[in-house]
Amino acid sequence: MNETPASSDSRSRRAPPAGGAALRPGLSDRTVAWLFVAPTLFLLLAINIFPLLWNVYLSFTNFKANAPGRPLRWLGLRNYERLLANEDIWASMQVTARFVFWSILFQVLLGFALAWLINRRFKGHAFWTTVIVVPMMLSPAVVGVFWTYLFQPQAGIFNYIVNFFYDFGDFTMIGDPDLAMWAIVLVDTWMWTPFVMLICLAGLRAVPDHLYEAAEVDGASSWRQFWTITVPLVLPFLMLAVLFRGIENFKMFDMVVELTSGGPGSATELASIYLKREAFEKWRTGFSAALAVVLFVTVFGVANIYVKVLNRVKER
Amino acid sequence: MSARDQARSIVEPAPFSRRLAALVIVVYALVSSIPLAWIVATSFKTPNDAIAYPPKLVFTPSLEGYVNLFTARTRQTPEYLASLPPPETWYEELVRKRNMVITGPSRFAGRYANSLIIGFGSTFFAVLLGTFAAYAFSRFGIPLKEDLLFFILSTRMFPPIAVAIPIYLMYRQLGLTDTQLGMIILYTAVNLSLSVWLLKGFIDEIPKEYEEAAMVDGYSRLQAFRKVVLPQAATGIAATAIFCLIFAWNEYAFALLLTSGLAQTAPPFIPNIIGEGGLDWPAVAAGTTLFLLPVMIFTILLRKHLLRGITFGALRR
Repeated sequence: MNETPASSDSRSRRAPPAGGAALRPGLSDRTVAWLFVAPTLFLLLAINIFPLLWNVYLSFTNFKANAPGRPLRWLGLRNYERLLANEDIWASMQVTARFVFWSILFQVLLGFALAWLINRRFKGHAFWTTVIVVPMMLSPAVVGVFWTYLFQPQAGIFNYIVNFFYDFGDFTMIGDPDLAMWAIVLVDTWMWTPFVMLICLAGLRAVPDHLYEAAEVDGASSWRQFWTITVPLVLPFLMLAVLFRGIENFKMFDMVVELTSGGPGSATELASIYLKREAFEKWRTGFSAALAVVLFVTVFGVANIYVKVLNRVKER
Repeated sequence: MSARDQARSIVEPAPFSRRLAALVIVVYALVSSIPLAWIVATSFKTPNDAIAYPPKLVFTPSLEGYVNLFTARTRQTPEYLASLPPPETWYEELVRKRNMVITGPSRFAGRYANSLIIGFGSTFFAVLLGTFAAYAFSRFGIPLKEDLLFFILSTRMFPPIAVAIPIYLMYRQLGLTDTQLGMIILYTAVNLSLSVWLLKGFIDEIPKEYEEAAMVDGYSRLQAFRKVVLPQAATGIAATAIFCLIFAWNEYAFALLLTSGLAQTAPPFIPNIIGEGGLDWPAVAAGTTLFLLPVMIFTILLRKHLLRGITFGALRR
C-alpha cells in the first residue's frame, strides 16, 4: 500500500535536505519529519477518517445500533432517497438556515459597530474589551442552561427587564413557537458578537493610517472615508468571521439543546438536533448516517466555495 | 514612537467622539455582563428567593445552593428530625431548617473531577503531538504539506453529532464508552487541529537561524528542537494548551452521547441538578458559577492571544 506510484512520485518531488545535513549527528531531517507528523496523522486517521468511512458504509445499509444482531441489508441509495423526500429534514434545514442567517446578521452589525467604537482608542478600552469578550469563552451548553432561567416567564430577569420598558404582560421566550427562534438567535448573538468584534478590530487596526491622512488631505468627508477605505479593507476580515460563525452555527447543537431542546414542537429543531433524535433516540442508524454524509458534504462544499470567494476579495 | 504619534494626529478621533465611544462600549459591556452577574447572584440565593416575583435584586445571601450542589438530601418528618442529635456542622444545620437530612455527597464533585482529568489529559496529549507535528510542518518540506494541513483543519468542520454515530459504534466495540481514557483520546483528536495550526503559527515566528546556528555548533536536529525551539515556543505552547483545555472543558455533544456515569463531565450533568419540584436553581447556578469561573480567569490570562486562538492562527494581532 505504501509503495504506490503516487507516493513514490511525491517523494521524489520533495526538496532535498538542507546542505550539510549528512555531517550532522543524530537522525536525518527526513526521519525526524515523519516521526513528528506520524502520531498526529495516525490519531486523526483512527478517530476521524476511519469512522467517517464506516459512516459512509453504514449509510447504504439498514443498520440499527440498538439491534446489532439483526441481519444487515444493503439498501443502495434508498436511505438517500428517503432523506430527500423527508419533509421533517427540509423543515430542520430551514430552521438551521434561519438561525444561521439572523444570528450572523446581528453579530456582524453589532460586532462591527463595537469594534469601530473600541478603535477610537479611548482610555481603558483594553479592559472593557476583555469584559465584553467573556461570554464567547463559556461552555455553550451551560450558557443554554442558565438562559432558560433568565427566560423564565415569572422569575426571569430577561422578561422582567423587557416588561420594565414596555409591558408585554406574560410571555415566554422559549415556550412560544414564534419567539423561540428569536430566543436562540438572541443568546447566540450575546455569546458570539465579541468574536466578530475581535476579528473586525484586527481588521480596523490593519488599515494603514496614511490612507486616512491622504483622504483627509483630499478633503474627503468621514462618511466617504468610511465607505471607501474602512469598509473595503475590513471586508476580508469580516468575511473570515462570517465563515467561522457560519460553520459553527450550521453545526450548532449544545446551546440550543439545553435552551429549547428543539422545541416548542419543532420550532428550533436544527439539523444537528434532528440528527441526534434519529440516531440516538429512534436508533435509525443507517438513515442517520446518510443524513450525516449530507451534512458533511454541505459544510465542506459551501465552506470551500466561500473560501474561494474570500481569497478573491482579499486579492482585490 | 513619537514620529508615529505625530503622523497619526491628523486622524486621531476628536475627544468628544472618543468619550461617546467609551460610553457606548461601557454600557454594552455592563449590559452583556448582566446574565453572568445574575447567575452568580442566584447561586447565593435561597430556592424561594430564586423564583420570587419580581426578581429580587436585594436578598440575604445564603450558601444553600452550594450545600445542595454537593450533597444528596432526603425530606424527613419533624418528629424524626426532633429525635436526631443536634447538627454538628453549619451545612447540616442549614439543611435541617428545610426539614431535610444529608444522606451523602452528590455526584457533582465526581463530575467536576472527570472534567478536570479529561480536560488536562487530552490537553497534554493534544499539545504534545501538536508541538511535534507543528514543528515538522513549519520546518521540513513534507510532501502534500498544504493538503495535510487542510485535512487536519477540516476535521474540525464536521458536526459533532454526525461524527458521533460511528465513534459511538467504534467505542462500543472497543469498550471505550463511558471511560475517561476514551474521552481523553477523543478530545485529543478533536483538539489536534487547533493545536497543530496554532503552534505552527507560533513556531513559524521563531527564526530558523537559531536552530541552524545550534546545529552548526554540533547539536543534532532533536537536540536543537529541545534546547532551542521549545524554550522559544514556551509562551505559544502555554497559550495553545489553555485553548485546548477550554475546548475540552466546554465540550458537550460527545460527552452527552458517549458518557453516562463513570466518565461523565460536568456540562451534561449541570442541567440535571434536580431539587424538589423541578430544577434547584440556586444549586444549578452554584454549579454553573464553579464551572465557568476557571474559564473566566483563563480568558483574562489569554487576552493577548485570544484573536489567534479563535481563528486557528489565521489572524495574529
